[in-house]
Amino acid sequence: MVRYLPSVGMEVHAELKTRSKMFCRCPVAFGGEPNTRVCPVCLGLPGALPVPNRAAVEMVVRTALALNCQIAYDSVFHRKNYFYPDLPKGYQVSQYGETNPIGYQGWLGIPVKGGGTKRIAIRRVHLEEDTGKLMHLPSGGSGVDFNRAGVPLMEIVTEFPPDIESADEARDYLVQLRSILVWLGVCDGKMEEGSLRCEPNISIRPEGSDRHGVKTELKNLNSFRAVHQGVLFEVARQSAVLDRGERVVQETRGWNESTQTSFVMRTKESEQDYRYFACPDLAPMHFEKDWVERQRSELPELPLAMQERFQRQFGLNAEHSGLLVSDRDWAEFFEESVRLGGDAQVVCNWMNADFAKLLNESGQRARRDAQEDDSTASLVTPAHLADISRLILNGTVNSKVAKQLLGEAFATGAMPSRLVEQRGLTQVSDASLIQDAVARVIEDNPGPVDQFRSGKEGVIGFLVGKVMRETEGRANPSLVQEEMRRQLEK
Amino acid sequence: MSISLDEVRHVARLARLELDEAELVAFQSELNALLGHFQDIRGIDVYGQSPHSRSSALQNVWADDDTWPSLPRGSALQNAGVTKAGLFIVPTIIEE
Ligand SMILES: [Zn+2]
Repeated sequence: MVRYLPSVGMEVHAELKTRSKMFCRCPVAFGGEPNTRVCPVCLGLPGALPVPNRAAVEMVVRTALALNCQIAYDSVFHRKNYFYPDLPKGYQVSQYGETNPIGYQGWLGIPVKGGGTKRIAIRRVHLEEDTGKLMHLPSGGSGVDFNRAGVPLMEIVTEFPPDIESADEARDYLVQLRSILVWLGVCDGKMEEGSLRCEPNISIRPEGSDRHGVKTELKNLNSFRAVHQGVLFEVARQSAVLDRGERVVQETRGWNESTQTSFVMRTKESEQDYRYFACPDLAPMHFEKDWVERQRSELPELPLAMQERFQRQFGLNAEHSGLLVSDRDWAEFFEESVRLGGDAQVVCNWMNADFAKLLNESGQRARRDAQEDDSTASLVTPAHLADISRLILNGTVNSKVAKQLLGEAFATGAMPSRLVEQRGLTQVSDASLIQDAVARVIEDNPGPVDQFRSGKEGVIGFLVGKVMRETEGRANPSLVQEEMRRQLEK
Repeated sequence: MSISLDEVRHVARLARLELDEAELVAFQSELNALLGHFQDIRGIDVYGQSPHSRSSALQNVWADDDTWPSLPRGSALQNAGVTKAGLFIVPTIIEE
């Protein structure tokens, strides 16, 4: 049996998070009534002239720098000419050429099992405009909505031959890329809404061969999972084709989420002839080296680098630190809490478990700073978690009480240490109190006590629980455990 | 520089123009006359010129990321042949 090696090229389109479109000032939004965010420019009406959105250009420069690209100090827009009803002008404004795209020859690191990163080479990061949306009507014909036409679109394409060699790596690449785009605030990353779209091209070759096989391109992938499953499916499908002695046909295939299979979208791609030429309506762009360097120096620390630092600096494991950097505000919340005296591991545990759960249930998000005035932000600040961390570590409260305190802080914004003072919730570590409570529980529960003494060690948990209830959860559980054992084994 | 009949046919197809044989031949000679002008341009010495240089010295013409009011939908759709539910209606697309 021949073993096949997959290679996967990734073409990712990200809608930029600008307020207005790329070449006109129609607003950018998702959904809404069709053809309500259009004007002469984005409808391609005669005489209308485009003016590029500065914010979109800057977003692409920042992304290109974050993806370790060379920057084209001189860059122009081209017209990519083709006819399709969702393309009002008869051309799409895009960027052609090897060194003309705003960013070229970069790379993105993806984490490797067992530590370290693998570099995935990136060929280009360029700026273009999105097309309108076509919907097929049941009554025949197609309806066109141009609300999306002209929305700034960034295209990120990996180098050929591709460095991605498995479905896992394809997914990891997209996860990392999405996380960077969201982190930089250039794209909202909503794959289900199509603001982030991924079209992998997949080929396989027999082990030992360095000749790349025929590629198929996969569309309609609306989630990380779909990308993973889609690549797996294509690799298996192509392997079966080659095993039968047939040839893989170069084609575009669609992913069917409900059957988890791919289907042919276009049987024979007609030879494309886009007749690219520099758009005479748009002035060339020139970036000063100093300005580019300033953009570079103002880039935030990126998620993967931050995750590695959290592991190094705080001794957190990969999984815990990975959860912390899943979102920039979340990561900053953590760092701020640690800066305010919280213990890194304790804060991390509480954030990733109880606090995350409270946020999920309420639909709120972690607040950025104490002054923030926004009803979607939770009342819990980094200072609250630092406070809880202190109360736990100095033995003032046990984790059960801490959980209640977090719940109250979440509901009212009260500082946990204040609640402890007000209500005398201080953890009971007083040996005589614990001794008494343990003695009482032993006296009241002869059955379980006998069971323990006849060898059923597990019963001790039940008895400790009784003591905790007697002390309203305030006893130090490890002292109770110790004392219980001492008295039972007496 | 001259253009073949097949090239005229290809360009016509890309432009979605349906031309009969007589029209193709007519366009061939017209396009050839047009391309003849490029022979003059070929004669110009462009050594040392950037391929992107143009007649205007403008660069970095940018707009701030503000919004403007879009067209009322009625105006946006007024020149459309067929509309329905606020959409431009086109014939069903058949992939080539
Ligand atoms: Zn517009």
